[in-house]
Amino acid sequence: MPALPQTTAKKLGLVIDLDTCVGCQACATSCKEWNTQGYSAPLADEDTRGPDPHGPWLNRIHGYEVEDTNGKDSRDVHFPRSCLHCETPACVTVCPTGASYKRAEDGIVLINPDTCIGCKLCSWACPYGAREYDVQEGVMKKCTLCVDRIYNENFEPEDRQPACVKACPTGARHFGDLGDENSAVSQLVKERGGFDLLPEMGYKPTNKYLPPRAKRDTPQAGIEALPKGDGSAMDRLFKLADRLLSGN
Amino acid sequence: MNPAYSVILFTTASGAGYGLLALLGLTASSVGQSPSLGFAITSMVIALGLITIGLLSSTMHLGHPERAWRALSQWKTSWLSREGVAAVVTYPFALAFGMTWSGLYSAPDAIAPLGLITSGLSLITVFTTGKIYATLKTIRAWHQPLTVPVYLFFALASGASLHLALSALFARAPGAIAPVALIALVTLALLKFLYWHAIDAAPRDHTMANATGLGANVRQWEVPHTTKNFVQREMGFVVARRHASRLRGLFFVLLLCVGLLELFATFIPLISIAAFFTMLIAAWVERWLFFAQGEHVVTLFYGNPQA
Repeated sequence: MPALPQTTAKKLGLVIDLDTCVGCQACATSCKEWNTQGYSAPLADEDTRGPDPHGPWLNRIHGYEVEDTNGKDSRDVHFPRSCLHCETPACVTVCPTGASYKRAEDGIVLINPDTCIGCKLCSWACPYGAREYDVQEGVMKKCTLCVDRIYNENFEPEDRQPACVKACPTGARHFGDLGDENSAVSQLVKERGGFDLLPEMGYKPTNKYLPPRAKRDTPQAGIEALPKGDGSAMDRLFKLADRLLSGN
Repeated sequence: MNPAYSVILFTTASGAGYGLLALLGLTASSVGQSPSLGFAITSMVIALGLITIGLLSSTMHLGHPERAWRALSQWKTSWLSREGVAAVVTYPFALAFGMTWSGLYSAPDAIAPLGLITSGLSLITVFTTGKIYATLKTIRAWHQPLTVPVYLFFALASGASLHLALSALFARAPGAIAPVALIALVTLALLKFLYWHAIDAAPRDHTMANATGLGANVRQWEVPHTTKNFVQREMGFVVARRHASRLRGLFFVLLLCVGLLELFATFIPLISIAAFFTMLIAAWVERWLFFAQGEHVVTLFYGNPQA
């Protein structure tokens, strides 16, 4: 199974807008909530009431600060990171058991929890930190692109989307077929200059990131200086009030 | 990379075991049956014992050891799977070789071919182990042309050192093994020196800018979680870097000691036992550094500017 499909009929994936993401963690928590009862269930944490709570999460939101080139201004960028469902993922080919595989029909990269031996080699091969080890289950866990939602006919059609996409309050996450150049997500990538993470490594990620838009001109920090007086009666009255109130 | 003791134990123990097996097979293919039954049986038990301990230890670090047999299935793409297959295939040939070489089963004509096959399979197994690391593009210090040769010569040098110690214990002349041990040791030292030079010189051309796509002036201000997650625990291990140069020095001093002890063993054979144990310590130091110095690309997302 780990031999990669030559091509996939679809390239399902996410487009993440770094301009509108506000770092609210709604995608991360809804991901955890859905997947702890779905395909990846359970997704249990260790030491939840102790000093060192940790456990597998399939989506993590980093915070980066980007300074502009003249060093005068900076912005915070919230950066969700999850599996990018690469076209040529090394995590799949290094897997010794075939538990890790890429689906020929839609390109989703999945782990079969019944055949994974928990050797962790796939996590070593992934440059994006997309795979986490589940200590309680003894297997690796990763983003499934909510494979148990997107084809779920018990759901209304508008709900057949990954949990993270449904949860995002700012519409910063988009789901669709990136193999179809007419799809909404492909158009979005084209319009906004969507990019790959670590493109030089050659794994051809399916997920794309949209760059933050250029900032509009913003006033420099600091309070504006008081305007110079024009010598009018009103101006002298204010000056007097200012003096009296300042106590001198 | 987090130096898991089970993996260090596996690679060092099985390396010595396969190295010994390779040399026994090679020697026997030209010399023939072992003159001493005790030497043959002890050597085979120790070689296969070390290999088995190593394999069991690497199996124990799995989340599901009972599913380990599944790892034999993906030899078409996975070096880890190939390692498993090579290890399993080596066993029956090694056992058949041991039976004939020791004389437990008399088949003098079979010793040479079985010895050569066992020797070849042993080296192939070590080669696949090295390949698991050398093919990981995410870890610059491992994705090096010298990674595999270092693994091979480590196996040969530690196997030869063990062979010398066993020869001494059974009061047998070390024969051709003494020069082989020294040559393997010197080659190993040279390869490891070149390897460390190569990883220090290799460009750290993966950047936080490329990982995040946010340009050169990006820095981390918030990690996504309150305590370390799996990725940081497994891939973000940095403890040893501070001591790296001192540990490298220690490694070469230990190799020098092994070499000197092996030379002294020409006069007092039992000293070669001390040489072997010094070799084991050197192997542990080197393997620990190999892991600890393996800087993973994923650390770029956690504030590391270059990897």
